[in-house]
Amino acid sequence: MSDRRASTNATGGYAAGERDDAVVRRVRCPRGLGLNGFGIYAVAYLVFLYLPVAVLPVFSFNDSQYVTFPLKGFTFKWYEALADSHGLLNGFWNSVKVAVSVSILSTILGVFAAKAVTRYRMRGRGGLLGFIMVPLVIPEIILGISLLMTFSLGGVKLSLVTVGIGHLLLCVPFSMLVLISRMEGFDPSMEEAARDLGENAWGTFRRVTLPIIFPGVVASLLLTFTISFDEFVLAFFLCGTDATLPVHIWSQLRFPERLPSVLSLGAIIVVASTIVVFAAELIRRGGVQLKPSGL
Amino acid sequence: MSAPIISIEHVFKEFGSVRAVNDANFEIAPGEFFSLLGPSGCGKTTLLRMLAGFEVPTRGRIRIDGRDVTMVPPNHRPVNMVFQNYAIFPHLNVASNIAFGMRKSGLSKRALADRIEEMLELIRLPGYGERTAMELSGGQRQRVALARALIKQPRVLLLDEPLGALDKKLREQMQIELRQLQQRVGITFVFVTHDQEEALTLSDRIAVMSQGDVLEISTPGALYEAPRSRFVADFIGTMNFFDCTLREYRDGVATADSAELGRVRTTCEAPPAAAGEGFVLGIRPEKFQLAFEDAEATGNAVRGRMGPSAYLGDRSHFYVYLEGRDDPVSVALPNLAKSLERIGGTGRDVWLTWSDDAAVLLPGEEQAGTKREGR
Repeated sequence: MSDRRASTNATGGYAAGERDDAVVRRVRCPRGLGLNGFGIYAVAYLVFLYLPVAVLPVFSFNDSQYVTFPLKGFTFKWYEALADSHGLLNGFWNSVKVAVSVSILSTILGVFAAKAVTRYRMRGRGGLLGFIMVPLVIPEIILGISLLMTFSLGGVKLSLVTVGIGHLLLCVPFSMLVLISRMEGFDPSMEEAARDLGENAWGTFRRVTLPIIFPGVVASLLLTFTISFDEFVLAFFLCGTDATLPVHIWSQLRFPERLPSVLSLGAIIVVASTIVVFAAELIRRGGVQLKPSGL
Repeated sequence: MSAPIISIEHVFKEFGSVRAVNDANFEIAPGEFFSLLGPSGCGKTTLLRMLAGFEVPTRGRIRIDGRDVTMVPPNHRPVNMVFQNYAIFPHLNVASNIAFGMRKSGLSKRALADRIEEMLELIRLPGYGERTAMELSGGQRQRVALARALIKQPRVLLLDEPLGALDKKLREQMQIELRQLQQRVGITFVFVTHDQEEALTLSDRIAVMSQGDVLEISTPGALYEAPRSRFVADFIGTMNFFDCTLREYRDGVATADSAELGRVRTTCEAPPAAAGEGFVLGIRPEKFQLAFEDAEATGNAVRGRMGPSAYLGDRSHFYVYLEGRDDPVSVALPNLAKSLERIGGTGRDVWLTWSDDAAVLLPGEEQAGTKREGR
């Protein structure tokens, strides 16, 4: 009994202070997670995962422009400087604009494609699916160069729009993967039942399909937003003069005095995305069960 | 019979090179409880889905209430369906599930709420409106699916093996409820099942299907007691088959010879074959009597050797071996006396007897190649 409680605590134990608890528990229950191989592995894994991320906020409050130990003193000045750093904020908003449009478009396309792939008998389904998934495995640098060539051959001016097109190419396969698995998980007779009860195709989609795949839609929006938001290689090739955040950060790395502001923005993004992920997880849990539990 | 509510006119359905339904051609009367019965893959569900509008016939026409609906989509047909797995919408509660099809009904909120309450009464789940679908048991879900379809007051209710997912006890209870419900609402039911017992219990008429063909359409009694083909005789209940040669037919009585049964006499309305020609005699297990002394003088009788037996509570099954026949004859006798002593005794001599009107006469030509044993 106490063994089991110890292990549930420690697997979820990335909170601060958890390791101290583990030390205490090691004394009290020698076969608990504190000592055995799994416990050590889990702690090592979490440290590996979160230590580099933790460096970011720590140094964003450090009163020195050099990222070295020992820490100097506590300051908010990098956050204040952030508010004045127009390039950085501009890049941030550019990235948000692109990521929001790309995630919405990609999810819409993903819903339609997933519906087609899972619901209709069609010829060449496997081949088609393969074609759509190819951008997942093509190295981004190749994709970037070929898109750049295509745009310049077509005389298209590089801008956030071209970045968006590139990101769309990258994101649609992810949307599809997420939505196909959600779509396959629910019984097509639900949609037939809606037709049978008098709804046309659109009504069926709106009243049955969409609510049931909603958690998948949220997951797709989040995933594609994240992919687009921090994508560097394609954006580097395709943004022209409208730098996105990653491109801007990269360009600033040459100036050591600007690094702390980048750290503070990074810290804000880490906190914000953690909140978003937890919110999304709550939505997903609140979503309907696909399979009846009691049959 | 009044004008048919459903006319299925020479309907074919092909999926690629597979013919799922082959020239279905029959009518269903208003208020009927009509079953499509057959083994899986026989085309019964495809036929039902064509009635619902989910499949379009390759050839042929379907009329409902005289109107040609062959090409009409499901949302414009005066029929509703109860799906095999009920297809209860998991994101809606029970009341919203039942109300789903009433969006364009023009009923006021109040009137609709009353209708939903009525339906919940009808399916004996009053007060369940706020429950989520996932909180319901299998039987309750099935009833919600029924209510959701019936609230639309369809001309015909289509049911695709709706009891298949339930356990035996619940299934039998739901059969009775379903039948009572159908009589109360007076709607025509078209019911798909592979369970012959269920079809016999529920239906006014049954269409037996096999490999896309509709073999026979009849009342449960007629299908069981007077099947017209060997497949139907075998599929519905258990049947022992014997090859016979007709000796003579006179005054409604056929006399025939069988290698396994010897001389047999059986009543029939018409000669089963020309004199000297072969036909098949079918006798159900419960039509036999067992005797332990020579009964050959009393009428139809044959001597055999007792094989294994099984006690089933209300009845016992016996297998009796006949000379010149590999498979044992299946015999079922009700356990009339409250006795703990079982008749039996493997290897002992017994006589099988049956009355002149116990046997079914079947055409002989399809006997070749088909398996003899009952199910």
